[in-house]
Amino acid sequence: MSLLLKAAAKEKFFGFASSLLLGFLAFIFFFANVQSASAIPAFARKYGMPCSSCHEAWPKLSPFGQAFKDNGYQMGNDRDAPIFQNPAYWPVTFRITPNWHRESQNLTNVDGPNGPLTAEGQVTTHGFDWTGLDFHTGGTLAKNFSFYVLPSSANDGTFHFESVWARVDNILGSSWLNIKMGKFELDNLLSEKRILTITNVAGVYANYHFQPLVFPGSLAAPGAVTESYGFGIGDNQVGLEYMGHSKDDRTRVSASLLSSQDGQPGLPNGRGYSGFFAASRAFQLGSLGVQRVGAFAFIGNMPTYFQFTQNGAGVAGTGIGNKSFYRDGLIGMWYFKKLDITTMYFHGWDNAFLGSNTPSTSPLPTDANGVTARAPTWNGALIETHYNLNPQLILINRYEAIRMSRQVFATNPGNFGNEDVLTFGWRYYPFISSRAGFAFHNEYAIMRQRGASPITAQDLTTSSLLAGFDFDF
Amino acid sequence: MSLLKITKLNVALLAAIVLPLAASAQQPQSEQGSAQPATQPAPAQQAPPAEKAAVTPSRNAPQESHIGKFTGHSESGKQLFYRYCWGCHGFRGDGNGENWLPPGSWLEPYMNIQPRNFVAGTFKCRSTPTGTLPTDQDLYNTLVRGLVNSNMPSWITLTAQNRADLIAFIKTFSPRWQTEKSGDPINVPAEPALTLNSIKHGQELFQKLECWKCHGQEGRGDGPSASTLTDSNDQPIRPYNFTTGSRFKCGVTNRDLYKIFITGVDGTPMPSFADVVKPEEAWDLVHYLRTLQVTHKSPELTLWMSTKEGAAIVSAQKITGTPTGSGIKQ
Repeated sequence: MSLLLKAAAKEKFFGFASSLLLGFLAFIFFFANVQSASAIPAFARKYGMPCSSCHEAWPKLSPFGQAFKDNGYQMGNDRDAPIFQNPAYWPVTFRITPNWHRESQNLTNVDGPNGPLTAEGQVTTHGFDWTGLDFHTGGTLAKNFSFYVLPSSANDGTFHFESVWARVDNILGSSWLNIKMGKFELDNLLSEKRILTITNVAGVYANYHFQPLVFPGSLAAPGAVTESYGFGIGDNQVGLEYMGHSKDDRTRVSASLLSSQDGQPGLPNGRGYSGFFAASRAFQLGSLGVQRVGAFAFIGNMPTYFQFTQNGAGVAGTGIGNKSFYRDGLIGMWYFKKLDITTMYFHGWDNAFLGSNTPSTSPLPTDANGVTARAPTWNGALIETHYNLNPQLILINRYEAIRMSRQVFATNPGNFGNEDVLTFGWRYYPFISSRAGFAFHNEYAIMRQRGASPITAQDLTTSSLLAGFDFDF
Repeated sequence: MSLLKITKLNVALLAAIVLPLAASAQQPQSEQGSAQPATQPAPAQQAPPAEKAAVTPSRNAPQESHIGKFTGHSESGKQLFYRYCWGCHGFRGDGNGENWLPPGSWLEPYMNIQPRNFVAGTFKCRSTPTGTLPTDQDLYNTLVRGLVNSNMPSWITLTAQNRADLIAFIKTFSPRWQTEKSGDPINVPAEPALTLNSIKHGQELFQKLECWKCHGQEGRGDGPSASTLTDSNDQPIRPYNFTTGSRFKCGVTNRDLYKIFITGVDGTPMPSFADVVKPEEAWDLVHYLRTLQVTHKSPELTLWMSTKEGAAIVSAQKITGTPTGSGIKQ
């Protein structure tokens, strides 16, 4: 008994101590005399402007930063070309975030008494870690010729190319005519690559990556889709983009022709193409600031089976039996002085063959009542709030909801696969420099997926807590 | 148990959130000022002695600006200045931002013009006579337009209210704004009809007024005096090169060019010619200067090239070949 009490007391002490330690660390972070670093991020060292010029809170762009980007990373003062730089200038910067984080999921698929992957268990872990590493290099090759290359690694050092593109800007002297080719982020108003949250749960927008589950308890989470149909509108895509904007960047339009590969190199799927369209308009609302509203639509198609296989695996590039899908939505960015609110309505539709993971040469599967699989549809909403207390401190809150409006199978529960994601956090920038960036990042995010546990079809809850040093050099 | 752990961690997170907020609330100066390098003295340390301050206008008195229906307030502009502008113009608006490095430094090829020193209260682009303060609208126009061939971009993406607020704050740096009023905008007479005689007369004036000494005979900014010129910061300055584009430092229109000629560009060796030439002569000069912009199609250039003399001169000035990486047409 006494041992148990001691153990409890010990646990209580360590729990209290760990909380105290965290609080103490936070205290140190904020009250330490932080010196300006002498780092030189790519654009800041080129133009000598503080990061707060282009970012409301990096990586989130300000209207000025968005205009700079839309203009091909040019200020437009006839001094943008590399010829005006010191020959040693090399436009490169990197970003990484050492951190402590805690991850938890209530019903993870684990091995059980009846064999591999036959049980569910709560998995919780925490410890010190680091994120992947991004090497950004971009800018101008000459006046009105811009580029961006972003080798990016996972935190185990496995590299891939997140962005690879070149762009011809202001063709015929018009800001309405810009052509980009390569792998790039879709020109959506709400940029996932400039998201302010970085946890495993909220590091992406749930709406942008949602794909419907097929049926409960199917070991399907996060989605039993065809071999080649993995798609996220937040993923960088490969293709050709037309983009145009007004001089003051208040009006923006873009249209992209994309290979249906979800940004994967080497043409792993078929020979289909998809399209993305976006338009937005900003307007001033009294003294509140510049408000912006926009719309987007992704109209795509994906193969449902491979024409040829090798040892059972599809031969890259031979995907056929294309079926369509689309995503569309409306976005509003509302500014009330230091407070800004982003709202989004999202809608998605998948062809029944894609939604039920069925080759187009096969008949659609049926549910228990003999009703064939249907094309799933869903609606989503996002509300994200930032309070930009000053250029150094931003408070973040986001709530995303996804609601299925039509299940693949009529026998599925109506709320099967619905998602709710709640995130809150803050970023503090101890210095604002034109050389480097540093943010003390704190964030907590929790996601609930209805009926999505892999065996028992209970609600799947995943949470993530992170505190880290997010820096950019 | 797990929930208990989450709760404890959340308590710690809450503490971590509250602490910086409290710090922010306790340190109002830190909103902009905490980013100041520790090596620089605080503004108060630079204040003049008390007895002197009694007779010297305060440098930081609140200011307003009036641009059309917008009234700018310096307190609002302060927040914007310390978000966007301090990197070049410095915390004290003296042009000594952390990015300004004198000629010879590695940054020189880009930022070879020292950012404007707002403390001096001297501005290049004005509609007012030389030596006077510009109007709020003049400063506003500079923010909208940016300054070509310099590091100063266009701030057209800011709201009109933001720009008005910034103007108000910029006016707090120099005591001139408290002791002097803006100059009266000069009268710009209607532009006379473009004629060949006007261009030719302008050409004669270009020689007579010795514009070529700085700007060069072809307007390339390479006259014999060009290499000796310095601005009011004692930094080398290059005369405007007419051949490289269509924009001038202070505007793009003939009217803007007329104003530059009459008001001068304060803080640079470019003087005002208000007392030297008559208005119609100034317009003649404007028409001629347009013909020096050989890569910019203008009515003046078209008319000039319709003559044998003009065509020969322009043809000789134009250089063709491989496009340059600078994007500047030759």
